[in-house]
Amino acid sequence: MTHKNHTSRREFLRTAAAATASLALASPSLAQSPARVVVIGGGFGGASCARALRQLDPSLDVTLVTADRQYVACPFSNEVIAGDRAIEAQQFTYEKTAAAGIKVVVQMAQTIDPQARTIGLADGSTLRYDRLVLSPGIDLRFDALAGYDEAAASRMPHAWKAGEQTLLLRRQLEAMDDGGVVAIVVPANPFRCPPGPYERASLIAHYLKTRKPRAKLIILDSKDAFSKQRLFQAAWQELYPGLIEWVALSQGGKVTSVDPATNTLVTDFATHHVQVANVIPPQRAGRIAEIAGVTDKSGWCPINPVSLESTQVPNIHVIGDACIAGAMPKSAFSANAQAKTCAGAIVALLAGATPTSPKLINTCYSLVAPDYGISIAGVYQPRNGLFADIEGAGGTSPLDAPRDVRAREAIYARSWFETIGAEVFG
Amino acid sequence: MKTLRTSLAIGLIVASAAPVRAASAPPPGAASCSGCHAATSQAIPNIYGRDADATRSTLLAFRNGSMPATVMTRIAKGFSEDEIGSIAAWLATQK
Ligand SMILES: Cc1cc2nc3c(=O)[nH]c(=O)nc-3n(C[C@H](O)[C@H](O)[C@H](O)COP(=O)(O)OP(=O)(O)OC[C@H]3O[C@@H](n4cnc5c(N)ncnc54)[C@H](O)[C@@H]3O)c2cc1C
Ligand code: HEC
Repeated sequence: MTHKNHTSRREFLRTAAAATASLALASPSLAQSPARVVVIGGGFGGASCARALRQLDPSLDVTLVTADRQYVACPFSNEVIAGDRAIEAQQFTYEKTAAAGIKVVVQMAQTIDPQARTIGLADGSTLRYDRLVLSPGIDLRFDALAGYDEAAASRMPHAWKAGEQTLLLRRQLEAMDDGGVVAIVVPANPFRCPPGPYERASLIAHYLKTRKPRAKLIILDSKDAFSKQRLFQAAWQELYPGLIEWVALSQGGKVTSVDPATNTLVTDFATHHVQVANVIPPQRAGRIAEIAGVTDKSGWCPINPVSLESTQVPNIHVIGDACIAGAMPKSAFSANAQAKTCAGAIVALLAGATPTSPKLINTCYSLVAPDYGISIAGVYQPRNGLFADIEGAGGTSPLDAPRDVRAREAIYARSWFETIGAEVFG
Repeated sequence: MKTLRTSLAIGLIVASAAPVRAASAPPPGAASCSGCHAATSQAIPNIYGRDADATRSTLLAFRNGSMPATVMTRIAKGFSEDEIGSIAAWLATQK
């Protein structure tokens, strides 16, 4: 782990909704039996929420259930793919989570009974909860693109969950001959990290330009527009002229089937034989959300934006990529901001109080090159059951900014990752 | 720990008496700042435990565009003058 421990308990505290803590203290029942909050999923949303809960009210009995001993973060994993960063810089563990008084249970949660308020774990044991927080992230839909099943992913990596898949895509790029074609297949909205595929294209182009100058990169997109599009395209023109081809939906970009045996991608217009195929399939909320009954027919989870509580099942809150957050994109930044809001709301609700209406921020940085950063930001508040953009705020980095501003944003992007990593994992 | 106790104590007074002082409560939006800002963060400046008036005027200058910035101009526009005042006051009480 190259990651430094920056955040003390005290520092974290200020991030949590301390106002609501007073309500918990005022609740006499809590003195007798501590309320039990279980959080499922130890990523950017869940690990943040567990911490915020304990910091707000140390009397809470907080359990974090998560699948693996180690968490591999996606932000900056595109630099690993491009060969500019070690995977170790993406790895986090839960020792400091446990040290903060959170029970860490490394198990898959398999069943949820919302009536009995119990959770069944893979080892057969059962957990009880008063409030449950789900932050399971995404499941890749291996039923949505003809030919792309779980086995296909070992030939055509998605690398949309960081770890082995990230390294597989890296190895394929390294093994490719100069003059080869790399394809990135991008799904329709909504999906995890809207600017992520284009950051990936940029950083792979940076690698190709320096190491395999005759190679090309093609983006086969199921959309006609994408996040920070004008900024990305202007930067591609400037940094990687002629290297990246973006094929929009209306130009025949939508991939309708794949053949992993021959590395073939089929659209309505053409058949592409490529050397490296990075297929990012459609997604839905992590499976446990469906088991809990909190998904709607879209496969994602509708919530009340004030409390992040499911609109379908009481006492279950959904944060991060899995929830339907309106204008807030599915990002690590959003998951962390929602986690802190959710923790404050839970402490209030356990005390019988009504949570106050929040404001949340999101910022997604993208690297177009190691020293060239761009960003999109937003400020949100609840409106009509969703997080809505506050008009006049947010937006992208300016189109005409000089290179030193891009360089500063790249430095701030790295600073953001250090800070949020410390806030989430200790 | 000390900070938490203090916050709880102040919060309790607020809850049980008139809501005059909400110094320890993060006002709307303030919990999101720590995604980027920390006392120890390297490139992004520390904003905690500093003079409230100075923070307030900086945020207002970001908001009206008179102080150039990469991202804060976009973030500050999401908050009213009152909200900025509350955030600045709250940040000043944090270490
Ligand atoms: C290439 C790429 C680049 C990205 N870059 C950025 C970026 O620059 N900035 C940014 O803000 N975001 C970025 N993101 C998005 C970010 O990674 C996600 O939005 C974020 O991880 C969402 O957090 P989460 O808590 O919802 O889910 P996750 O972080 O995925 O955490 C979910 C956790 O729950 C566990 N889990 C799931 N089901 C169960 C179960 N039943 N039992 C136990 N455990 C379970 C999973 O194993 C996982 O550990 C990027 C994503 C990708 C793919
Ligand atoms: C996406 C990351 C990010 C978030 C979120 C963020 N900031 Fe900032 N902040 C910055 C950066 C970067 C700077 C340096 C100025 C710039 O380029 O925008 C800065 C500068 C500042 C400064 C000036 C500090 C100084 O000493 O010059 C203040 C005050 C500030 N931010 C307050 C806030 C507050 C309050 C919030 C939450 C409402 C917040 N910031 C949220 C990134 C962020």
